[in-house]
Amino acid sequence: MQPTTIAEAPSAVRAAPVRSSVVHQVLVIIAKDLRAELRTKEAVNAALAFALTILVLFSFAFDPVEEETKMYAGGLLWIVYAFAGTLVLNRSFARELPNDCLDALIAAPISGAVLFLGKALANYLLVMAVELVSLPIFGIFYYVHWYDHFWQMMLVLALGTWGITVIGTMFSALTINIRLREVMLPLLTYPMLVPALMASMQLTVDLVNGRVIGSDPAWIRVLVSFDIIYTAAALFLVEIVLVG
Amino acid sequence: MREKILYLLALAAFVILARDIYVIARFPPEMNQGNAFKIIFFHVPSWVAAGTAVATALISSVLFLITKSFKFDATAVAATEVGVAFLTVGLVTGSLWARPIWGIWWTWDERLTTTLVLWLLYGGYLMFRHAIEEPTQRATFSAVLSIFAFIGVPIDYFSIRWWRTQHPSPVFFSSTGSFPHDWGMVMGWNIMAFLMLTVVFVAIRLEQEQAQREIDSLRRMAHAL
Repeated sequence: MQPTTIAEAPSAVRAAPVRSSVVHQVLVIIAKDLRAELRTKEAVNAALAFALTILVLFSFAFDPVEEETKMYAGGLLWIVYAFAGTLVLNRSFARELPNDCLDALIAAPISGAVLFLGKALANYLLVMAVELVSLPIFGIFYYVHWYDHFWQMMLVLALGTWGITVIGTMFSALTINIRLREVMLPLLTYPMLVPALMASMQLTVDLVNGRVIGSDPAWIRVLVSFDIIYTAAALFLVEIVLVG
Repeated sequence: MREKILYLLALAAFVILARDIYVIARFPPEMNQGNAFKIIFFHVPSWVAAGTAVATALISSVLFLITKSFKFDATAVAATEVGVAFLTVGLVTGSLWARPIWGIWWTWDERLTTTLVLWLLYGGYLMFRHAIEEPTQRATFSAVLSIFAFIGVPIDYFSIRWWRTQHPSPVFFSSTGSFPHDWGMVMGWNIMAFLMLTVVFVAIRLEQEQAQREIDSLRRMAHAL
């Protein structure tokens, strides 16, 4: 019998490689991560429960009356978000460790930056969801009028959360194989996040007290530059972290 | 030969420092601050030394990622350790000065805060290294972390100009404040002595790091046998 050459192989075997755009690849990763998370909901549920717990604990730290909370609202809210967000981010790359899923993802025909972007965006959606649920609860518990400048508040939320997510996802990748991962991730993430958290806290306090974002542009600039600089650095360096 | 140069460098640094301390002790008290101002002769040089060490760590980290030579990884960790030491000196001398002048040990102004944050970041870097077993991964991940940490340095430095702070505005390269010429000379000598010490410390740590690497590889070889 004549040996079969590759050209004659059944069409299923030599299926043309699926060419997909970067956007499509990112969307596939986002969908995969969201599907995996929404099937168990473990990280999101844990983060929500944790956020509520801290909100309750804060009521013992100081007198939760309206005049007091107007001053502290930004700080409280962003500490809750940073803590709860870490719970989601901690799982991001660790979830891929069983069954060597991470090796498969790295071997997949996508760049490290695409994988990172997909994971970061999936995390972003999850953290945002947790934040959007806990924001009204925060408002009720601490009598905070966060909705007076609704869209500006959403802008601060979106920018601040991206800062948390991009740093958290990058460090989730960095700390994947190390001892004491659960300890090291917050230890490295929080100091790195300080400029973003400071800016978000300040902007939130301003909005709660009726000062719009444009009145003092310094902090929004800090927040935007933080997001841009660290997103660029992460996209540039993630390939080295994942592939080596 | 290399060791002799290091000894000479260290000796020269100590001679310069001894002479400077003698000169500084005889400076008249400053009009507003009394003798407390003299700590600036050690405060500023320790920042220059810390900055140089941290910049060296950044450059070594980048070079490691490009060349994958462990020589640069060892330089990065040596420089970071020395940098953290000088950051500590800077924070402590600043605190000692703040107590009599501001009446408080510490204030949460932006520059102090971001400096403390940098200290935490580089301290975290050193802990992070200990937590990773595999040498190549340790070197690669640490280099990436070092680059991320260094991005915070310009934010730190420029924060004093972006935001109104309680920290005295820089007396060098700025129009407010003045520094007499002979004080400037002493400051220059002190900065040079601190930089020489930085080189000596980094070189000593570098040798230890290389010895450690050799021990590790011998141990691995012994295990393989």
